[in-house]
Amino acid sequence: MPKRTDIHSILIIGSGPIVIGQACEFDYSGTQACRVLREEGYRVILVNSNPATIMTDPDFADATYVEPITWEVVARIIERERPDAVLPTMGGQTGLNTAMALFERGIIGVPGTPEMIGANAEAIATAEDREKFKQAMIEIGLAVPSSGTAHTMDEARAVVAQIGLPCIIRPAYILGGRGTGIASTLDEFEKVASNGLQASPISEILIEKSIAGWKEYELEVMRDRADNCVIICSIENVDPMGVHTGDSITVAPAQTLSDVEYQQMRDAAFACIRRVGVETGGSNVQFAVNPLTGEQVVIEMNPRVSRSSALASKATGFPIAKMAAKLAVGYTLDEIPNDITKMTPASFEPSIDYVVTKVPRWAFEKLPGTTGVLGTQMQSVGEVMAIGRTFPESLQKALRSLEQGRFGLGCDPAEQQLAAIDDDTLLATASVATPDRIQQVGELLRRGLGIDRVHDATRIDPWFLDQMSLIHEEREVLAATGPTAMDTRAWRRAKRLGFSDAQLAHLWQVDELTVRAAREAAGVIPTYKTVDTCAAEFDASTPYHYSTYEDEDEVRPSDRPRVIILGSGPNRIGQGIEFDYCCVHASFSLRDAGYETVMVNCNPETVSTDYDTSDRLYFEPLTREDVLNVIAAEQRASGGVAPKVIVSLGGQTPLKLAGLLPVDLIAGTSPASIDLAEDREKWNALCNELQIPQPPGGTATDLEQALQIVDRIGFPVLVRPSYVLGGRAMQIVHDRNHLARAMAELAGFGSLGREGGLSAERPVLIDRFLEDATEVDVDAIRDHTGDVLIGGVMEHVEEAGVHSGDSACAIPPQTLPSWVVEVIEAYVRSIAGALDVRGLINVQFAVSGTTVYVIEANPRASRTVPFVAKATGVPLAKVATRVMLGATLTELRAEGLLRTPSEHGHVAIKEAVLPFSRFPEVDTALGPEMRSTGEVMGIDSTFGKAFFKAELAAGTVLPSTGTVFLSLADGDKPAGIVVAKRLRQLGLGIAATQGTAAYLARFGQAVDLMVGKVSEGAELTAVDLIADGKVVFVINTPQGRGGRTDGEQIRKAANSHHVSSVTTVEAALAAVQGMAEQAGREIAVRSLQEYHAR
Amino acid sequence: MIRPAALVLADGSVFEGELLGAEPADGIASGEVVFNTVLSGYQEVITDPSYAGQIITFTYPHIGNYGVNASDFESRRPFCRGVVVRDLARRHSNQRAVASLDAMLAHYGISGIGGIDTRRLTRLLRDTGAMPGAFGTASESALRAAAAAEPGTDGIDLVAEVTTATAYTVGAGERLVVAYDFGLKHSILRDLADLGRVEVVPASTTAAEVLARRPDGVFLSNGPGDPAEVGYAVEAIRGLLGEVPVFGICLGHQLLSRAIGGETFKLPFGHHGGNHPVRHEATGRIEITSQNHNFCVDPASIAGRAEVTHLNLNDMTVEGLRVAGVPAFSVQYHPEAGPGPHDAKYLFAMFAELMGGPRHADAHPADLIAPERGVA
Repeated sequence: MPKRTDIHSILIIGSGPIVIGQACEFDYSGTQACRVLREEGYRVILVNSNPATIMTDPDFADATYVEPITWEVVARIIERERPDAVLPTMGGQTGLNTAMALFERGIIGVPGTPEMIGANAEAIATAEDREKFKQAMIEIGLAVPSSGTAHTMDEARAVVAQIGLPCIIRPAYILGGRGTGIASTLDEFEKVASNGLQASPISEILIEKSIAGWKEYELEVMRDRADNCVIICSIENVDPMGVHTGDSITVAPAQTLSDVEYQQMRDAAFACIRRVGVETGGSNVQFAVNPLTGEQVVIEMNPRVSRSSALASKATGFPIAKMAAKLAVGYTLDEIPNDITKMTPASFEPSIDYVVTKVPRWAFEKLPGTTGVLGTQMQSVGEVMAIGRTFPESLQKALRSLEQGRFGLGCDPAEQQLAAIDDDTLLATASVATPDRIQQVGELLRRGLGIDRVHDATRIDPWFLDQMSLIHEEREVLAATGPTAMDTRAWRRAKRLGFSDAQLAHLWQVDELTVRAAREAAGVIPTYKTVDTCAAEFDASTPYHYSTYEDEDEVRPSDRPRVIILGSGPNRIGQGIEFDYCCVHASFSLRDAGYETVMVNCNPETVSTDYDTSDRLYFEPLTREDVLNVIAAEQRASGGVAPKVIVSLGGQTPLKLAGLLPVDLIAGTSPASIDLAEDREKWNALCNELQIPQPPGGTATDLEQALQIVDRIGFPVLVRPSYVLGGRAMQIVHDRNHLARAMAELAGFGSLGREGGLSAERPVLIDRFLEDATEVDVDAIRDHTGDVLIGGVMEHVEEAGVHSGDSACAIPPQTLPSWVVEVIEAYVRSIAGALDVRGLINVQFAVSGTTVYVIEANPRASRTVPFVAKATGVPLAKVATRVMLGATLTELRAEGLLRTPSEHGHVAIKEAVLPFSRFPEVDTALGPEMRSTGEVMGIDSTFGKAFFKAELAAGTVLPSTGTVFLSLADGDKPAGIVVAKRLRQLGLGIAATQGTAAYLARFGQAVDLMVGKVSEGAELTAVDLIADGKVVFVINTPQGRGGRTDGEQIRKAANSHHVSSVTTVEAALAAVQGMAEQAGREIAVRSLQEYHAR
Repeated sequence: MIRPAALVLADGSVFEGELLGAEPADGIASGEVVFNTVLSGYQEVITDPSYAGQIITFTYPHIGNYGVNASDFESRRPFCRGVVVRDLARRHSNQRAVASLDAMLAHYGISGIGGIDTRRLTRLLRDTGAMPGAFGTASESALRAAAAAEPGTDGIDLVAEVTTATAYTVGAGERLVVAYDFGLKHSILRDLADLGRVEVVPASTTAAEVLARRPDGVFLSNGPGDPAEVGYAVEAIRGLLGEVPVFGICLGHQLLSRAIGGETFKLPFGHHGGNHPVRHEATGRIEITSQNHNFCVDPASIAGRAEVTHLNLNDMTVEGLRVAGVPAFSVQYHPEAGPGPHDAKYLFAMFAELMGGPRHADAHPADLIAPERGVA
């Protein structure tokens, strides 16, 4: 069946900001969908509030709406654009939920409205409503865990009485397992069930008999409108049932299923997708298998592309989202060629001849109060994938890809941390799933506790444990052999088990480069194999490679000038999709300019690891060894010509490697300049020379030095380690005790231990903290002639002290006098010149009174580059990449790539999105350590309207009616007068704590309701008001120091009861301005193409 | 204890690895080297009689992960000449397992070689076609000589090697299916037994002997090697067509086409995997199929005598046909799975339907006839 000609325009709903459970995999899928549908000649309309995505580049859709993804706003877009169809399956749970809300209101999916393609409302409801799904599965004869649904606690108690404990509680219509949990006792049940009811937008939970410990599998299914079904990939979880699949180490393909069992599962997956009624596209079906009996049960089904489908696409080379988009417009699988072989059709099931391992990465260290215990609710913020010919090889590659200081499965300095723990304690520790469990299991196996004991404790399948044991057994052999007695066979055996040179260097106590040299002398270098969907059965031209140690290398020679772009590795707080955006843009612009582009990255969620993005993709860890290997392979393939390497677009990951690579290969700003900006002493000297004021400060490697600095500059001070991103471990310190604590945490194996600890090369930076200063961020580009382009000047909403990644900011600046902006721009030009920048530079300033202080400069891509590009219409990353390879800004202007910014007439606000709803135990007050996982953009004609949109997009509803609760720190109270006055003018009620209320009353702003302190056991407290739904919005600012008693409880209560809150007075002022400007008006929507039309 | 070994192909290519399974006589195992791309189902593949005379390379690197069990045998013993893997599991894990693959290979005297760059080998075989080869612990020169001396599977009657010596009966019921054993897989036998009583007969059984059993249908099984070498079976099939409904799979399909005057030819590298798309021409539906064959029916040679009902979408070769005028059909692929997808199980129901109704061409299930889609 050919594509449909009865539809002409299609609305794609994106997934919005990066949050836990919904990350850049949906940028990958959405970008593919946009591209494919435009290629097919459809008019594509996109809505996504996330400016850091590649899909929201104006080039990818005909009309790109960076607007909040709520049904109301999307309805406005539909009204304006009148699409023929809506594709809801590309935007994760957000896409589905928004589509369902629109359907329920008769806006889509009913006659006379846009048609829902991919999955219709009935199918979505069947898959998403747990009870409906369960009934559907029973109806077609598939087994499901015994269960019941409940809408109230009474119903829940009745269900559990019937099915027994332990049980698992899953709320309906949620993403990433939010609100899900396991209960083993009735007490736990009460807690988990009530959390679950709260988490579900429809107050519905499924209570299911626990099958924790069973083996867990996923199948990625595709179906076309002719009812052809294929399985793209099977995935087996190393962590058994009980750990959310997003938090599990997973392996593709399934390893421990016989074909009979696999085919049974395949049949069940087809029956499932047919019964649910997903007419076209990809779905993911999860199964559990009883390891003792082989009994199979269906767990759940996602009627859309997912994190797993992104992983499956990268694992097999079969682009699920791209195919799903084509199927949605009517093609059948046999009409679409296999992208990789070109010769065979897409109606097949990929066969692979390697093993793929995915390992998640968590951010518990940034979220004090969390336990770090994994469960049925997803908590990881990113993941890595590694490809090897065997499981041990891919596992070790994945573990070193994580960038958490590990060189593989043990055999590295960090394994020392477990040395002091006795066997029984370690076994007990490993029986609880945590981020560290895999290394604990490795250590237990190394100690010889035996596979059976470790299996009993962890329920990890013995096959995986045995494969891991091979690593440790080889390690003993390697230790006994020693570096000088290694022959070719021995090297090859070690490398085939995934040992890194760094592991061997640690084992033999020699330098890593010594190991490398000895290995190369023995003739053992990696071979690059190809991911080709067919296990080499057919010729494949797609150059998607991974390294392994075999006989034959498959990189094809060519003689075009080549550029290697180093990606940003796993998503983490502080380094996420923004950097992938920059890397992808680099690849696009260099391809356009005639270069051969080579991407190296290990993050399966991203667009950068789409084999279509660059001329060649190496799915490899970003370590010195692996990157040097890629450089060598590229040099071989080009007949000896060395490639250029881009290190400044992928965040800290490639930047840290810059110094370890041959300096003449680095494109753009030199490593010496990067170091000049990063090395505190040199940087201070530079600022002195340029006569640019800095807050006073110094560097310290121990407490004594730190105290000397504060004696000189006084408290409060900002304390932070060097060479980290996202304000990792950054603190504002007000006294000597706190300073001692902060230094201890940074030293040795404190909380930062895994990131390297302290040394003369990695000192702590201590600066005077400027209170009440306005923070400003600038992104600029300088070319080799010295010409500088100011990309964007961003004024932060929150004051200096809140990490820039967690604070909202505006383009253009809203309160800065124009002369201050001019001074800032002059400083940027001067610094960029002094650092001899060739490409991007980001400079941060604090404006206090009439002084502009420079805080830091980073000659690399910053987190805000995509936001600036979306706000101004200038493709900064593309321009910068060309500049790095020698083009001048003048040339790029002439070429048409560099356009004049369109920043007048609208205001763009970037707002951070924080993960607190998943971590009720964490204080939501913002601080110098970054904790946001993603961002949104609000764009409109005024600051207030843009801020209102940004908040709405971030999930904070600024109310128009109801009562707002106010509790302010002393220093914030004067501004509180204004906040209260505005709220009053808008007709909102005000509740406040005694102190705040008394203060406000003194200035003529009496409150409606006064509450007592939680800590004093008052009868009516803010927590009560929040829990009872009496307030619609909370404004609570923490005291400068400590102050973590009442305020913290109030903020936590607001968080766990889903009452929106702000924790700074600046945000409160912006919020009331937003409320005032938006009051009584409908939200207006406008596409980026319209904003940037010229 | 590692036993270093090598695999040498007829073209002189050498692959280093280590010996697995049984110790081969004189340290050399030889045969025609082929590959299979299935991700699971190694036990079924190794015990499939169609692999008689062949050395099977598994493209998936981990083999043996779930051990072997009593119910996944496809025949009474393996007939292949050897197994090539990247990595043989040391410890298997699965509740169905009763032994390790290594133990099974040793038990049946099958040798294997592990640690091989099977992707390099597969790429080579893909470009040159199945090739004679030899592996073992013998010297490289001895292996080279053995590889050169190995005849491959062309022009050899391997069916005689694998077929049952005497007839036997499986299942019960009113309906009687006589199944020719050219190398019959147990999975097929199980599917046939679902239809009624199955009398399995040796490959050399004549048409008269079969008809004397008064069958409701005759099944032509899969099997190894070159269909041109099984002339006696072709003769027997000619005697059956029109007398009784006939259904053939794989080698049975090739023999059926030869019986109506068709030609078979050797594919450059055969189809060996569980993921080949086959289009059922009557419905346009795609079946993902299990495949294991080197020879193929030339569509031009059957034009007018049979209709092509199924096509392989990878290379557009013939995957199924229906004989004109008589109740007989066949497929090149393996609807019985074992290993592989269950997408084509309907063919057995179709056979049952053919046996149940009046025995002339009009009784063909409608969707087997596809005049509007034409013949390739």
